[in-house]
Amino acid sequence: MPWIDACASDDIEEEDVIRWDHGGQTFAIYHGADGAFYCTDGLCTHEQVHLADGLVMDFEIECPRHNGVFDYRSGKALRAPVCVDLATYEVRDVDGRIEVLIE
Amino acid sequence: MLRAGEGTAIAPSDTSAAPAPRDYTLTGPSARQAAERGLVAAEWYHSDVPRKKMKELMARRDGPALRDSAIWIGLHVLFAAGGIWFWGSWIAVPFWLAYGVLYGSACDARWHECGHGTAFRTRWMNDVVYHIASFQVIRNPVNWRWSHARHHTDTIIVGRDAEIAWMHPVKLALKALAYVGIHDVWTSLGGLVRNAAGKLSAEEKEYIPQSEWHKAVFWARWHVAIYAATVLVALGMLLAGMGWKATIPFLLIGGPRVYGCWHMIMTGLLQHGGLAEDVLDHRLNSRTVYMNPVSRWIYWNMNYHVEHHMFPMVPYYALPALHEVIKHDLPSPNTSIWQAYREMIRAVMRQRREPGYYLVRELPATARPYQGQLHAAVPERAMA
Ligand code: FES
Repeated sequence: MPWIDACASDDIEEEDVIRWDHGGQTFAIYHGADGAFYCTDGLCTHEQVHLADGLVMDFEIECPRHNGVFDYRSGKALRAPVCVDLATYEVRDVDGRIEVLIE
Repeated sequence: MLRAGEGTAIAPSDTSAAPAPRDYTLTGPSARQAAERGLVAAEWYHSDVPRKKMKELMARRDGPALRDSAIWIGLHVLFAAGGIWFWGSWIAVPFWLAYGVLYGSACDARWHECGHGTAFRTRWMNDVVYHIASFQVIRNPVNWRWSHARHHTDTIIVGRDAEIAWMHPVKLALKALAYVGIHDVWTSLGGLVRNAAGKLSAEEKEYIPQSEWHKAVFWARWHVAIYAATVLVALGMLLAGMGWKATIPFLLIGGPRVYGCWHMIMTGLLQHGGLAEDVLDHRLNSRTVYMNPVSRWIYWNMNYHVEHHMFPMVPYYALPALHEVIKHDLPSPNTSIWQAYREMIRAVMRQRREPGYYLVRELPATARPYQGQLHAAVPERAMA
């Protein structure tokens, strides 16, 4: 279960998200309203759309295609048309580098 | 000027023969063809907007929609009160006509924007207005949430989009009747009653996930119950000897969807009418029209329709600003409702004789061209 270096912490503005691709997978890494970092799958569970183009509000990410909403801390689907929760990944900040725990 | 969209035209067929109707069902051959052509849930063209600017445009506030909803509700009360107060005099007529447009037309824009969840920042406020407006527009709030999601995924992709307003060959009489809502209301009410009885059509089952079916039935029952109560009140008034006054419940509830829907139809038919089917670029299949401020208020700025489809995250009150940011990349907007109608009706009449014809949108010299390669660019899902 390696920790993988993803980006610098200041690559992501507070209350924003970026796309991170690794090992043929795509992820979304969030800089939360609380200053902490979070990571989820990069694609919405409704259709194949990159969440990194969406809107971060408080602890929610809104999908850019149909405005489905997830809590990016737990991955919980909060608003239709998303019904399936999003996978989440552990994240740590090591001296200004964001690392993601990938199984 | 760049010509756009020609690569995906439906080949014009022999115009001497009667045009064969296209199959617009979601379960027929067009659905299969759309999948084979890579048009299903495909990657669509987006104009470039810097992320910082886009975040500004997407930002949510409660203020604008709270103000507009207060005006909307206040005017309902005012016009209904005027219509009842002046009952029996001609002065009541303009009150009812105005009430009709507020109920039977403005509802569509509220249903739409709150369905996207973009009108208010606070989610429950979106939900409350969404349910009121869904009732007014006679749409099952569950079914239409899903059909509208599909309309955004596969806009005017034949065999996929459940909300194509202009189906070819166009039935002009039905389109004309739409302005008085009769056919539409009849089929919508029939759908609600069917859903309330626990039945969903094959098409509804196609675009609504099974986990949501019970909610569709639940809300349909509420809507039907309110209509039943309206009928009972009217009957009671009739039995109480109130004569023509017994029509007031219908003028207040349900009726406006007939006598006040003309503005919704007028603006709604412009959204995609006469434009290309089966392209992956909203600049080619959607229409932005400059409109007068009253129509824009009723319509909640959906006249910026290319912009809305390209970036559905941007709330209605930020669409004029989005328009300014990307207009160099879009076809010239139509300059008025009237000018747009002239263009659209000419195209629709020609489509009746010449299946496959559509208005080719000219992109400005500053625009990025139509990108055929989008047809094969759907991202892969990560295996978590
Ligand atoms: S693709 Fe994300 S909500 Fe539909």
